[in-house]
Amino acid sequence: MSRQIRRLSFVFALLMVAVLVNITLIQVVNAGDYRDRAGNQRILLAEYDRERGPILVGADPVARSVETGNTLTYLRRYSNPRLYAPITGFYSLIYGATGLERTENRILNGKADIFAVDRIQQLVSGRQPTGGAVTTTIDAAAQRAAYLGLRGKKGAVVAIEPATGRILASVQAPSFDPNKLSSHDPAEIREYYDKLEADPDKPLLNRPIVSLNPPGSTFKLVTAAAALSSGRFNPNSVIPGPRTYELPLTNRELRNWNRRQCGPGGKVTLRDALAISCNTAFAWLGNELGDDAIRDQAELFGFDTSFELPLRAATSRFPADPDEPQTAMSAIGQFDVRATALQMAMVTAAIGNSGRTMVPYLIQEVRAPDLTILQTTEPEVFADALRPSEALALTEMMVNVVENGTGTNARIPDVRVAGKTGTAQTGNDRPTVAWFVAFAPAAAPQVAVAVLVEDAGAEEVSGNGLAAPIAKDVIEAILERR
Amino acid sequence: MSADTTAPTRRKPTRRWVELLLLIMAWGIGLLGTMQIGWVSGEGMTTRLWVTAGVVGGLALAAHITIRIVAKYADPIMLPVATLLTMLGLLMIYRIDVASARRAVLSDSPAPTPDVYSQLTWFSIAIILFIAVLVLLQDHRRLARYTYTLGLAGLVLLVLPLVPGIGTTVNGATLWIRVGDLSFQPAEAAKILLTIFFAGYLVAKRDSLAVVRTKFIGIELPRLKDLGPLVIAWLVSLAVLVFERDLGTSLLFFGLFVAMLYIATQRRSWIILGGLLFLVGAVLAYYNFAHVRSRVTVWLDPWAYADTGGYQIVQSIFGLANGGVLGAGLGQGFPNLVPFAKTDFIVAALGEEIGVTGLFALVLLYAILIERGLRTAVAARDSFGQLLAAGLSIVLAIQVFVIIGGVTGLIPLTGLTTPFLSYGGSSLVANWVIVAILLRISDRSRRPAPVAPSPDEAMTQVVRAV
Repeated sequence: MSRQIRRLSFVFALLMVAVLVNITLIQVVNAGDYRDRAGNQRILLAEYDRERGPILVGADPVARSVETGNTLTYLRRYSNPRLYAPITGFYSLIYGATGLERTENRILNGKADIFAVDRIQQLVSGRQPTGGAVTTTIDAAAQRAAYLGLRGKKGAVVAIEPATGRILASVQAPSFDPNKLSSHDPAEIREYYDKLEADPDKPLLNRPIVSLNPPGSTFKLVTAAAALSSGRFNPNSVIPGPRTYELPLTNRELRNWNRRQCGPGGKVTLRDALAISCNTAFAWLGNELGDDAIRDQAELFGFDTSFELPLRAATSRFPADPDEPQTAMSAIGQFDVRATALQMAMVTAAIGNSGRTMVPYLIQEVRAPDLTILQTTEPEVFADALRPSEALALTEMMVNVVENGTGTNARIPDVRVAGKTGTAQTGNDRPTVAWFVAFAPAAAPQVAVAVLVEDAGAEEVSGNGLAAPIAKDVIEAILERR
Repeated sequence: MSADTTAPTRRKPTRRWVELLLLIMAWGIGLLGTMQIGWVSGEGMTTRLWVTAGVVGGLALAAHITIRIVAKYADPIMLPVATLLTMLGLLMIYRIDVASARRAVLSDSPAPTPDVYSQLTWFSIAIILFIAVLVLLQDHRRLARYTYTLGLAGLVLLVLPLVPGIGTTVNGATLWIRVGDLSFQPAEAAKILLTIFFAGYLVAKRDSLAVVRTKFIGIELPRLKDLGPLVIAWLVSLAVLVFERDLGTSLLFFGLFVAMLYIATQRRSWIILGGLLFLVGAVLAYYNFAHVRSRVTVWLDPWAYADTGGYQIVQSIFGLANGGVLGAGLGQGFPNLVPFAKTDFIVAALGEEIGVTGLFALVLLYAILIERGLRTAVAARDSFGQLLAAGLSIVLAIQVFVIIGGVTGLIPLTGLTTPFLSYGGSSLVANWVIVAILLRISDRSRRPAPVAPSPDEAMTQVVRAV
C-alpha cells in the first residue's frame, strides 16, 4: 500500500505545483495587465483611499479632498470649478485625470520621490501616504477678470508675468464642472462626460494652451521684431503700404482690412503700419525679410517648441518652407501660421521684458503635507528674442497702437498700455477669430495678456471690440492689486 | 502487524522540544502579523490584541502539553503547522473585521460584530476536541470496530441539510443545518466519519475487491459484482451535487473514495473506472444542471462574465494581481473587495496582502502538513491506520487543491472551505480533529513497544493482533 500512497503523493505534489505556477502567472507575470483592466477598482481605490493634497491659488485650495462615508474614502471637490477647470483638470473614477491632477499626480498622492523621507516613515509605520500641496502661479483676480470677460463668448485668455514667465491667468470658455466628473457616481460621470464630448464648442478642450489658431495681425509683432532685429529697419523706416499687394507668382491680390492705402502715396512708416495694422506693408516686409528671418524670430519667442507648464501646451508653428505669396500671408499671421493664446502671450511678454523670452510655468511651489516648502520653481530664460533697444522701440510702437491705432479699447487712464489687435480667418468660409495682446505698464510691465475670441466678426475692429476690453480688465485686475 | 511484537532496543527521540520551538515561532509570526494590522489600522496594540494573542498561545500550548502526555511519539511538525495556518486565518479575519469597521464608521452605520472572536471561540472548541480525541482515543484501531456505525452516521450527516426545517440554503448550496442560533456544516464532520468508514470497509474487503476478473484492452477489470461500492459512492456524490448543489463536497467524497480504493486494492483499474465515472457524472451534470454549467462557462472565460457569474473570481484575480510579488502589506490591500473574503476567498485576500511570496509559503505549509500525514500513513503499522491516515491526508490535499485552484481560476470554482484558514467553526473543528487522529496514528507507529515484554505478554499480543 505504501507504493500507492507514494504515487498519490507524487500526484498531489504535481497539483500543488500547478497551483503555484498559476498563482505566479496571476500575481507576477500577468499582474500588470490585470491591474489595468476595466473594472479593477483597486488602483483608483488606493488613490481615493488617501488624502490627496490640494491645488492652491494663493492660499486658497481650488481643488481639495474631502472625507466621505463611502468605500471611496475621499472625494475630490473643486471650489469655483469652471473658473479653474483648465488648470486643475478633473480627477475621475472612469476617465482618469487631466490637468494638474494628472501631471502632478505623484505629488498630490504623496508618491513622488521628493517625499522620500516621509515615505520611509510611512514604510515603518505602515501609514497611508498623504499628498503634498501644489501652489499655482495663478492670480485669482486676473483669472476671475478674464473668466468674466469671456462669459457668453467662446475663447481663451492667458496672462503672463513678463519678467518671470509665471502664468497669472489661464481661462477657457466654455468651461466645464470638474466636480461632476470627479464624483463617485459613475452614471452621473458618464452622462456628463458624454454631454461634454458631444458639445460642438468642445468645453473639455484646454483652449488657452492647446487650441491652435492663426494669430492674424498679432503676428505682425513677430514680423516687426524680425524687421527691427535685422538692423535694416527702425520704427521710422518708410515702407510701401499700398491699397493692394499683388501676391508674387499669383494673380491674387492682398487687401488692407479697410480697403484703403495705409499712407499718403502708398507709403507708411513701420510705426504707423503697426498702428493701423497695414496688411500690404507687412506682406511686403515679409518677403523683404524672407521666411527664414521671420521663422528664426518666431522661434526665439517660443514657436516650434513644446512647453510643459507642466500641462503640455500645443506647439505653435510657422510654416516650414513657404513660397513668396505664402511668406507674405504668413507675415500677417495667416496661411499656415498657428499659435496658441499662450504663445501670443509669450511674444507679448518677451517684448515687454526687454526682448527676453521666459519659460512659462504654472507651478510656484510644492509643499509637503506639513506645509514645508519642498520645491520652488525658479524663472528660466528661454531666449533673447530682441535687443533691449529694439524691444523698447517695438514697445513704443505698441503703445501707439493703443493710443492712436486700432487698439483704443485697451486704454487705461494714467497707464501706458502696449497692445496689438488681430483678426484671422481660420479657413475658407470658416468663422474668424479675434485677438488682442497687450502688456502694461509699458515701461515696466507687470502683466502680458493674450485674448482669443472665436467666432468673431470679420473686421479688424473685432479684435479691438471683443478682445481688447477683456485684456484691459485683466491688466487692471493685476495693477489694482499691487 | 508483526511490527508490534518486535521490541526495538534503543529509545526513540520524541522530538517534543522541536515541536515547542516551532510552535513558538509560529506564534511569533502570528503576533507580528497582528501587531502590523493593529498598527496600520491606527488601533495600535490594544489590550484586546494581547489577550487574543495570549489565548491563541495558551490553546496551542495546551495542545502541545496534551501531546507530551498522551502521544509523546507523535509527529512534531503537524501541530505547529496547523497552528500557524489557524493563526493566519484569524489574522485575516481580524484584518477584514478592521476594514468593515472602518467602513461602518465612515458611513455612520452600526459597527458590525467582529468575526474574529467567534472564530477564536471555535478555535478553543477545536482544541478541546483535539485534546479529547487524543485522550479518549488511545488506539486508533478502536475506530475500526465502529466502521458501519460511523459510515451510517456520516451518510446521515451528509444528507441532513436536505431535511426540511433544519437544512438551510446559503448562496445556492444546501449544506448547512441550523438548530436554534447554531449553524453547522455537517459535511465537515461527515468527511471524517466517512474516511474512517472507507478505511474500515476497505481493509475488510480489499482482498475481494482486488480480484481480477477479466482483462479488457490491457486493463485489468474487477468483477462486476465488486463494482457495487464504487457505484454507490458515485451515486451518493451525484446526489450531493444534485440535491445540495454542493460541487466541492461531491468532488471531495468521490475523489477520496477512489483514491482510498486504489491504495487498498493496489489496482490501477479502480482509478481508471473512477475517472470514467467522474467524466460521465461531470458530463451529465454539465448538461442537466444550470449551476454546474455556469461554473464551467465562468471558469473558461471569467472576464466575459466579470459583472455577473465571474464577478467573484475576477475580483479575486484583481486582488491577487494587486498583491504582486511581495504583497500590498498586511492591512494595506483591499481584501474586502473580494466577495466571501473571510471564507471561500480567504486565500485571495491573503494573497493580496502577502503577495506571491506569502502564498508560496502558505501552499508549502499545506504541502508539509499533507506530506507529514502521508508519511504517517506509510509508517503506520496496521493497514487500517495506513488507510485512515492516507485518507485524512487526501481529504486535506483535495480540499486545498480544489479551493485554491478554484479561487485562482485554475479549475472551476467550487464552494469548499480552506482548511484552518476559512471563517467557520465546523471546518476548523473538523480539521483539528483530523490532525488529532493523524497525530494519534503517528504516535502509535513511532512508539516503541513495551520494553522487554514477558514472553506471556508477547504471546497475548500476537494472539490479539491476529
